Amino acid sequence: MENALIEKVLTRNIGPDLKPTDMTAYEANGGYRGLHKAMSGMSPNDCLEVVKASNLRGRGGAGFPTGMKWSFVPMGEQCSPGHKYLVTNADEMEPGTFKDRLLMECDPHQLIEGMILAAYTIQADLSYIFIRGEYVVAIQRLREALAECYEKGYLGNNILGSGFNLEMHVHTSAGRYICGEETALINALEGKRANPRAKPPFPQVSGLWGRPTIVNNVETLCNIPHIIDKGPEWFQSLGLGEDSGTKMYGASGYVKNPGCWELPIGTPVREILEEYAGGMTEGRKFKGFLPGGGSTDFLVEEHLDLPMDYGSIGAAGSRMGTGTMIILDDKTCPVGMVLNLIRFFAHESCGFCTPCREGLPWTRQVLEDIEAGRGLKEDLDTLARQVKYIGAMGNTHCALAPGAMEPLQSALKYFRDDFERHIEQGCCPYVDGGA
Amino acid sequence: MIEQSIIQTDATLTSAEIREIDAELAHMPQKSGAAIDALKIVQSYRGWVSDEALVAIARYLDMSPEALEGVATFYNLIYRQPVGDKVVLFCDSVSCWIRGCDGVKQKISEKLGVDYGETTTDNQYTLIPVPCLGACDKAPVMMVGDDLYTNLDDEKINQIFDSNVDRGGES
Repeated sequence: MENALIEKVLTRNIGPDLKPTDMTAYEANGGYRGLHKAMSGMSPNDCLEVVKASNLRGRGGAGFPTGMKWSFVPMGEQCSPGHKYLVTNADEMEPGTFKDRLLMECDPHQLIEGMILAAYTIQADLSYIFIRGEYVVAIQRLREALAECYEKGYLGNNILGSGFNLEMHVHTSAGRYICGEETALINALEGKRANPRAKPPFPQVSGLWGRPTIVNNVETLCNIPHIIDKGPEWFQSLGLGEDSGTKMYGASGYVKNPGCWELPIGTPVREILEEYAGGMTEGRKFKGFLPGGGSTDFLVEEHLDLPMDYGSIGAAGSRMGTGTMIILDDKTCPVGMVLNLIRFFAHESCGFCTPCREGLPWTRQVLEDIEAGRGLKEDLDTLARQVKYIGAMGNTHCALAPGAMEPLQSALKYFRDDFERHIEQGCCPYVDGGA
Repeated sequence: MIEQSIIQTDATLTSAEIREIDAELAHMPQKSGAAIDALKIVQSYRGWVSDEALVAIARYLDMSPEALEGVATFYNLIYRQPVGDKVVLFCDSVSCWIRGCDGVKQKISEKLGVDYGETTTDNQYTLIPVPCLGACDKAPVMMVGDDLYTNLDDEKINQIFDSNVDRGGES
């Protein structure tokens, strides 16, 4: 099933028959080559230029160019004296997303090497892995790997004789989806309630403890050692379309072989679903999919031949998001699925701003009524209004509530007849899709 | 709401708890930065964070108990009420929902005689829902204590909870 011709980069040490890597195994397969290269002759600016040229875009969902993000950090004399911070966002909690867990559990050193290189580039001296507390196995393996790094001189003072110093800590989080928002994450790291902060100032200038801070997703940082080692042209050549590199793609729901696979970025949706996920489970037909987590818009049959990249999925009215797809089949109720998502987002609202705190429970109530057969025709207009006002960026303090509206607005567009059938029949027409 | 009488008690932290909290304080520019770490550390020893423990932590971090309470109640993995020996974190997010987690949850509730937020009469388990556990290819999933259980169905729920012996997780 796996195509031997496809170059594995992030998952070259990961497979069903492979053990999680320790320092010895990681180095035996080219690990820390990027670090040695950078520390013996590359300046922080050299590293920045390489990452910029690679066209790497953030893999946490937003797709912001990584090199550009890093370039906003004040350097040298532009920066007031004090700490700078590099933080890994390992708070994987987007519904339907299961890629960072794999990368951290199976190859922890790859993330750490990426973090050391990122910290070197922005000249950070303190770094944190902000990881959700439920990832017990990943936490343990990262801690073991960190200890190996200190012993080896890859962390601590004067790393490999370069004069660069870096400390790294694992911070285990105490829950809440909103911590994945980078300014909320920073507040959580400061021991506070995880309400997002107003932007500007952006964390690159004023983040953790008011100091310049970069927050990057796990998968993003795992790419860095390879980009430094093999160069930007090589990285660009991995992508099939306008984007560069590989991507961790996934599929969950009623497919024959749910899972997570590293493929060239820009692999068509249909190829991922049919060749890797094995097509739909016997007796279930494809109806639609969320391309990259619970806060992305539904796409349908007509979009199956699109490449899974930022531009193509964006142009179709959705977002690639985390790249792990959630598949809706013909026997699962779309209204029930959206209700499940809205319940999640309403529950996870931090409560700071009104449209999110009050709006999402209202949306949930309307959907609960429709799903339970108590819906009225005008409820669909109410939902459309909620999408308009809660979904508009700028009406809310952060992206949580607008994200919550994405699956709802696209469900109203593609599955409107399902909503109408609930209202007309006074019940959920699906046998095993009722909530 | 923390009673005034508790705030005035001389609740203290153990030396083991203090040692772990101090390790976190070492890389914090101010003490309140370790608030979440300290809550988790104390909870790891005591199972949950009582009012007395909360006051002791607040005092140690130079915070008001009210400010620390605001932090503690924000986070779903900080328990401000007693929980059972093991917390069952049951995923009810979208991929698990598609794969039938509602039925599995009902089975657990029947089996253990508890709903969300409740603890079994033998004090072994507390059942709590949790955001997506990041194992959606093996849905439905849950954690029991530190162990992840995947591809759940009625039979598997029976196996997991029938044994009083610690069976350990699958991963």
